[in-house]
Amino acid sequence: MSIDHETAAKVAKLARIRVEDAALPALAAEFNTILGFIEQLGAVDVEGVEPMTGVTPMRLKRRDDVVTDGGQQAAILSNAPDAREGFFAVPKVVE
Amino acid sequence: MSDLSTMTIAAARDALRAGDVTAADLTEACLREIEGAGALNAVVHATADIAREQAARADARLRDGDAPAMCGIPLGIKDLFCTKGVPSQAASGILKGFRPEYESTVTAKLWDAGAVMLGKLNMDEFAMGSSNETSVYGDAVNPWRATGSDAALTPGGSSGGSAAAVAAGLCLAATGTDTGGSIRQPAAFTGITGLKPTYGRCSRWGIVAFASSLDQAGPMTRDVRDAAIMLQAMAGHDPLDSTSADMPVPDFEAALTGDIRGTKIGIPREYRMDGMSPEIAKLWEDGAAMLRGAGAEVVDIALPHTQHALPAYYVIAPAEASSNLARYDGVRFGHRARLAPGDGITEMYEKTRAEGFGAEVQRRVMVGTYVLSAGFYDAYYNRARKVRTLIKRDFEAAFAAGVDAILTPATPSAAFRLGEMATADPVQMYLNDVFTVTVNLAGLPGISVPAGLDRRGLPLGLQLIGKPWDEAGLLNHAYALERAAGFTARPDRWW
Repeated sequence: MSIDHETAAKVAKLARIRVEDAALPALAAEFNTILGFIEQLGAVDVEGVEPMTGVTPMRLKRRDDVVTDGGQQAAILSNAPDAREGFFAVPKVVE
Repeated sequence: MSDLSTMTIAAARDALRAGDVTAADLTEACLREIEGAGALNAVVHATADIAREQAARADARLRDGDAPAMCGIPLGIKDLFCTKGVPSQAASGILKGFRPEYESTVTAKLWDAGAVMLGKLNMDEFAMGSSNETSVYGDAVNPWRATGSDAALTPGGSSGGSAAAVAAGLCLAATGTDTGGSIRQPAAFTGITGLKPTYGRCSRWGIVAFASSLDQAGPMTRDVRDAAIMLQAMAGHDPLDSTSADMPVPDFEAALTGDIRGTKIGIPREYRMDGMSPEIAKLWEDGAAMLRGAGAEVVDIALPHTQHALPAYYVIAPAEASSNLARYDGVRFGHRARLAPGDGITEMYEKTRAEGFGAEVQRRVMVGTYVLSAGFYDAYYNRARKVRTLIKRDFEAAFAAGVDAILTPATPSAAFRLGEMATADPVQMYLNDVFTVTVNLAGLPGISVPAGLDRRGLPLGLQLIGKPWDEAGLLNHAYALERAAGFTARPDRWW
């Protein structure tokens, strides 16, 4: 499977990372190197093998469904690049 | 290097309790060393005020006779750990200026035990790298140099700052994290001991996530005893991390008897890679002979899926990273790109992430996005997870056959030159993890122990791999190996 510029651009878009058009050929070439490396997994016989979901066999603990924390608006907003009137502020989302 | 700042945790603990030294003395000695070690670029945010305050409190506890083993011990903390009010940016531009409002569970446990924070340590960006060259802070530098050379060497990665700081005597020990070898490889490159515990032994809460099914925190120390003491303070169940194990934490230091008579050590034949350097092969044979000499039985074992571990890792880790790093969007914390008139929210995301992430992080996020995308999920991601099951089964079969621990080299080479891999393709760098990554995929504990010097005078490490939750047994084997190897070399000070 070889990745062309168009696919590289699509992946960058899906990952929400801006890549200038001029950088796409190099990016596609890097993808192809890495994918060429992971392609060898195709040679492994995985017939009937379950995909791993958790590395340690354990029952995940469940917590009580109760409120344990809250009222931390100032702390939550303290690192925001733009916070106004108790909210995170972002550019206009809907025209 | 100061005599105080190069002490082991165990020696400092005993001296503190005996009143021969104070936490303030140890802390000042380390702070002086840090000040003089700018050339190593290991400490990226010094926290002298916090250190002095914690040291004063530790001295008070020591006077009151309420002193756990880590009380008064000055530590360096990898930048991946969130530390309240202190910059914690995972060596990334996207978290520039981020000061967490909370403390990671592991560091909170260390401070509760009385340990002292000297500062935050350099690392590869988001722990993605094997040479500390992807850091926004610039390269950390190995205190070791080859004989007769002044070329700057990598301390390894991703916990490169931690390794350099411990090896250079800037702190008594440091925290690290290990997703594919990020504790064990830098430990091997700098002649120190690095332990990755069983997945779930330490809480991941408050540690910036890279690949959540692989990440695990661990101690980086001068010797095996210190690793046991420090792990004791870091480990334990945490309700805030549902994958942290709710099981008792044994007394790791008490397990260090050095008696491994009658135990069985496996030598996996698949780790004898084509083109393995003769020095590494000899180190490995010597290590096996040392364990045999200590009374263990050394047997050949097979781990047949070993060769597929790296490719499986480079599907699973980027896939998890692409998901974990989706949170860096310029909205809630960290960097936001300056926008052009008319830019909407998508442009904000795209520009923020292009500016904030370095090249290797961008690469891995995009590879992860690709292998998870519609049409490729089964071919790559699900297949890699099946291969992971097979890799874990290999280890389970070896342990079921009576093997107590597995001995391998820690790295394919000694530390390489900074910049040496700049023109290589990314896969060449990934090969550094060839001996360590299987351990993360199988969730096992692994430890790197310094075992010798190469012909250029650079340290080499051996790795021991243990059974799940048997850090105690693993540490005891490492202790036996350490005693037999008798590694005492230290880097000559040039910085």
